[in-house]
Amino acid sequence: MDSSEILNALSTAFSVLFKGKNFVRLLGGLGVTIWIAALSVALSLVLGFLFGIVMNIKNRAVKVVCGIYLEFMRIMPQMVLLFLAYFGITHVFGISISGEAASIIVFTLWGTAEMGDLVRGALQSIPLHQYESGRAIGLTERQIFFYIIIPQTVKRLVPLSMNLITRMIKTTSLVVFVGVIEVVKIGQQIIEANRLTIPTASIAVYGLIFFMYFIVCWPLSLAADKIEKKQKM
Amino acid sequence: MALLKINNLVKSYKEAGGILKGVSLDVHKGEVIVILGPSGCGKSTLLRCINGLESIQGGEILLDGEVISNRKNDMHLIRQKIGMVFQSYDLFPNLTVLKNILLGPVKAQKRDKAEVTAQAEKLLERVGLLDRKDSYPRQLSGGQKQRVAIVRALCMNPEILLFDEVTAALDPEMVREVLDVMMDLAKEGRTMLIVTHQLEFARAVADRIVFIDEGVIVEEAKPEEFFTNPKTERAKKFLDAFKFEKRVTYAEMI
Repeated sequence: MDSSEILNALSTAFSVLFKGKNFVRLLGGLGVTIWIAALSVALSLVLGFLFGIVMNIKNRAVKVVCGIYLEFMRIMPQMVLLFLAYFGITHVFGISISGEAASIIVFTLWGTAEMGDLVRGALQSIPLHQYESGRAIGLTERQIFFYIIIPQTVKRLVPLSMNLITRMIKTTSLVVFVGVIEVVKIGQQIIEANRLTIPTASIAVYGLIFFMYFIVCWPLSLAADKIEKKQKM
Repeated sequence: MALLKINNLVKSYKEAGGILKGVSLDVHKGEVIVILGPSGCGKSTLLRCINGLESIQGGEILLDGEVISNRKNDMHLIRQKIGMVFQSYDLFPNLTVLKNILLGPVKAQKRDKAEVTAQAEKLLERVGLLDRKDSYPRQLSGGQKQRVAIVRALCMNPEILLFDEVTAALDPEMVREVLDVMMDLAKEGRTMLIVTHQLEFARAVADRIVFIDEGVIVEEAKPEEFFTNPKTERAKKFLDAFKFEKRVTYAEMI
């Protein structure tokens, strides 16, 4: 194949994106991805913050329970968790939940565990003398927590949680396995539909999906870097 | 009556054993007491016990005749009457200089913000840092941070001020600016308890020197007396550690 043939093949491949409503459909799929990711991330940030605070409680039983939860969420592949939620809940409780709901539950449970661990680490990194100087000016433990510890924790958390959010967005591609029609699934459908006419469609479709994920995640990475650099100054 | 009264204070840890083994001390209003002693003798622990940062295992501490040691739920109210400045200039990095100072008076003492701001600005001006009131701690030098920490303690209008080796972590050139502020407060008649290794400063500022070794008060004296004519061997040895005799030069030997 010389270069003109490659160019020809590529232009045929990419023509699939402009056939019918393919591009709009892919955008719609991206919308589903973002919607699931955004809701899971939002819930994870809130619940994870609380989980992190609970993890810092100096009580053996609490520590053990939190530890088991965290390890379980980390060790289990997200796909297994998805199957567990989607099929397991249906079988055990006899209620059928949608793929979207199962996905949001799983990603929130996972995100909460990961976020909680970040919060725990950030809380523990606040030096003891910050608490002591708070006490020395007569603040109550609660006031110390809200005016001194939480703001410093949040600041340390921003770059870390950006990375987690990016990871969560990427991992949402797994929801196809529980029947959610999101961007990767729509891409597969387009490739299938054009298998005979445009057999090279996959490069164009997956190329575009790659680009879409990139556009969503890159600003977050950039922001994380920027905030981290700014904090170091 | 003494403003602060410490009766037979015992502080011990399970692992480390006894730190303070029965310390009794009266501090009168307006008095400046400098606590001296070798590292690990318990002088910092004594200050931390007074401020309730450490529980005590024996004896009692009274402020204005009220027992303040081993309080449970209202220690924060007691601490509002006791100002403390630490060695590590530990301002809150998330707040500006002014907000660092306002936090205690406004949130803990529930005082009027405008009134406290006026007081804080006056105090900042006095330590030469009014122009830095909107700076963040990371933008200040060590000496400046420590001066802000002193203002933060002062703004609570405490009855007594505790200084725990406040110049120990500073660059030598910044020690002076902090000691000057403390000297100023002493002249103003504040009640102060100072732990320091700056002997010249101790001699100049103190009404009374308390020398602690191995968890007990070994000697108590007026500064002139303590530095020129210490009564105990232990104090003599301690002071000698700071003295250097001039080296006999080679030229003088021949």
